[in-house]
Amino acid sequence: MKRIISILLENEFGALSRVVGLFSQRGYNIDTLAVAPTDDETLSRLTLTTQGDSQMAEQIVKQLHKLIDTIKVVDLTEGPHIERELMLLKIKAQDNDSRTELKSCVEIFRGHIIDVTPASYTVQLAGDSEKLDAFIEAVSHMGIMEVVRSGVSGISRGDKFIRA
Amino acid sequence: MEHLSGGDILIRALKDVGVTHLWGYPGGAALHIYDAIYRQEDVVHLLVRHEQAAVHAADGFSRATGEVGTALVTSGPGATNAITGIATAYMDSIPLVVISGQVPSSKIGQDAFQETDMVGVSRPIVKHSFLVTKAEDIASTIAKAYYIASTGRPGPVVVDIPKDVTEPNRKVLYEFPSDVKMRSYQPSNTGHRGQIKRAVKTLLEAKRPVIYTGGGIVIDNASEQLTAVARKLNFPVTNTLMGLGGFPGTDKQFMGMLGMHGTFEANTAMHHADVIFAVGARFDDRVTNEIEKFCPMATIIHVDIDPTSVSKNVVADIPIVGTCNSVLREVMLLLEQSSIEQDHEALKNWWEQIDEWRQANGLYTASRYEESSGDIIKPQDVIKMLYKVTKGKAIVTSDVGQHQMFAAQYYLFDHPRQWINSGGLGTMGFGLPSAMGAKFAFPDTDVACVTGEGSIQMCIQELSACSQHNLPVKIINLNNAALGMVRQWQDMQYNSRYSQSVYEESLPDFVALAESYGHVGMKVTNFDELEDKMRECFAMKDRVVFMDICVDRSEHVYPMHMPGGSMRDLWLSKTERT
Repeated sequence: MKRIISILLENEFGALSRVVGLFSQRGYNIDTLAVAPTDDETLSRLTLTTQGDSQMAEQIVKQLHKLIDTIKVVDLTEGPHIERELMLLKIKAQDNDSRTELKSCVEIFRGHIIDVTPASYTVQLAGDSEKLDAFIEAVSHMGIMEVVRSGVSGISRGDKFIRA
Repeated sequence: MEHLSGGDILIRALKDVGVTHLWGYPGGAALHIYDAIYRQEDVVHLLVRHEQAAVHAADGFSRATGEVGTALVTSGPGATNAITGIATAYMDSIPLVVISGQVPSSKIGQDAFQETDMVGVSRPIVKHSFLVTKAEDIASTIAKAYYIASTGRPGPVVVDIPKDVTEPNRKVLYEFPSDVKMRSYQPSNTGHRGQIKRAVKTLLEAKRPVIYTGGGIVIDNASEQLTAVARKLNFPVTNTLMGLGGFPGTDKQFMGMLGMHGTFEANTAMHHADVIFAVGARFDDRVTNEIEKFCPMATIIHVDIDPTSVSKNVVADIPIVGTCNSVLREVMLLLEQSSIEQDHEALKNWWEQIDEWRQANGLYTASRYEESSGDIIKPQDVIKMLYKVTKGKAIVTSDVGQHQMFAAQYYLFDHPRQWINSGGLGTMGFGLPSAMGAKFAFPDTDVACVTGEGSIQMCIQELSACSQHNLPVKIINLNNAALGMVRQWQDMQYNSRYSQSVYEESLPDFVALAESYGHVGMKVTNFDELEDKMRECFAMKDRVVFMDICVDRSEHVYPMHMPGGSMRDLWLSKTERT
């Protein structure tokens, strides 16, 4: 099953490469990876998604925790959580019919058109990964030129939080 | 408060962290550091002949003493030559700090002369690594490096220092941190009390128990605690290759080593056990044989400092994360308080069963190979002779191959840190430099490097370093004129097609070679002269002696696990199997 793992990492030289290297070294796959500094600039927050049963997920969490630069490692899929991913798409939109159809599709999925040319629309869409997949499916016949996805960012529901 | 250059700060910080010596090899990017070494006398530098040997020597010192070993190399090829040594230490959890020079900061990424991304290249084989970017950070980084290397599950730490950071003309305030705090690294030590209670109950109720311990006991200096618990429970004990010496090898409760070349009694007892108490061991594939068939009846209690080792290969029924020492102390305490009565009848039957196995096929109840005679010298008998001549008190290092297994089987180590070998990585070339490290630590103890003509040639250049630093180690070369373990596998699995495992007539005259370095060489071709020559060898306290002993070329190591089988599925000789 899909696992969403959240990591609080020292914002140090080589820290990210150690996380990524661990996955290839131990034979695990990374499906998505999102990383950026937090409100505390000495820290990075990293969300990665991978596939695995509970024993494998436990090993991954333990291995990540063993890295010297990791401060907290949480498997968000163990509890209620929220996941969001941002997607930017460039889609062919050359005639009125396709422009109208695309606009209504974007509205249904609660996205935004953020750039327009005579030949294309650029669409911004946020949501969980399944919603983004569904949108790609819905507009694929119109001619997708480019897809950029941020990878999943995740946070737990309720008052629980991850901090150093 | 003093202002010092980066190079001086590094050496001062090493002194302040307790380093007395380091092993290394100079080169361009490290020259400021070498100049700083030249200016002082507190930290001694030992020059080796190849960077791999520098790391192995630091490793041997660490294994012999329990202290952190230190090596210093230059950038590029110096750094990459150190990699095998670092990987060796990583696999066996040995605390080391390896300092590498790096090209100047402004040249990093430019494919500069002798540039290698050391932090990148070493990443999968270090506990942690640092790239120091300014002289102000050197002292605190060194303090962190030694703290990380020596705490929790120990391991090697790389500190990569660009040349401009050690520049002699830029001086900064020297300040050594009074203690190290890292919010991201706080190794836990004591095991979960409730789990330990469950473990103790399980141990007391066991009918066919085995205590299976590994390198963790040696690393954590927990052999006294282990021995106390084993005696209290009257349980049989087996050690992994890395754990030998953790429990006295001559003790009647000791069943010998387990695993691929473990004893019949240890492997068979493991297979039939109802409770396995694993302490500081990691269920390596060389121990378990086929994991699906591993110890089908056993409740497994697993104590390890490293959470990732628990339930990695074999799922533990009672996992306990903590140091061997602290958990065994707690176990002992609870055993003394417990009101549960052991099943003495079951234990008596279990010991009778084990004794029966020992009598039937044990390595120590009868000779399991043909006797040596005349010009047929059995390698096993050389190890037995080494044991006799050194009274079982030598520090024995080994290389990798048949000689390593014979040494592990037949030299009965009564004390931890007496047996030094590359168990995890299996690095040929480890024996001689690690012996140098051990001899440096214990100049008055006999240090024997058990090796073969294959392994010794991988770091033989260090015979020169032995002369320079007066490290009179004894080299026991089991010369069978072939890569013995490779040939054994080729005999057993490739219908004796000896692909690239024989040297034809290309071997050097080891006696002349040793003499050319200023050492003593001896050749032994007849069993009748072995004892006298070996006594003569060890009587020469201040000389390196290279004993080139021509052993039976056809000998195999037995017992040996049958591939794909359980613990008890063993070849006992070329023709007998369980």
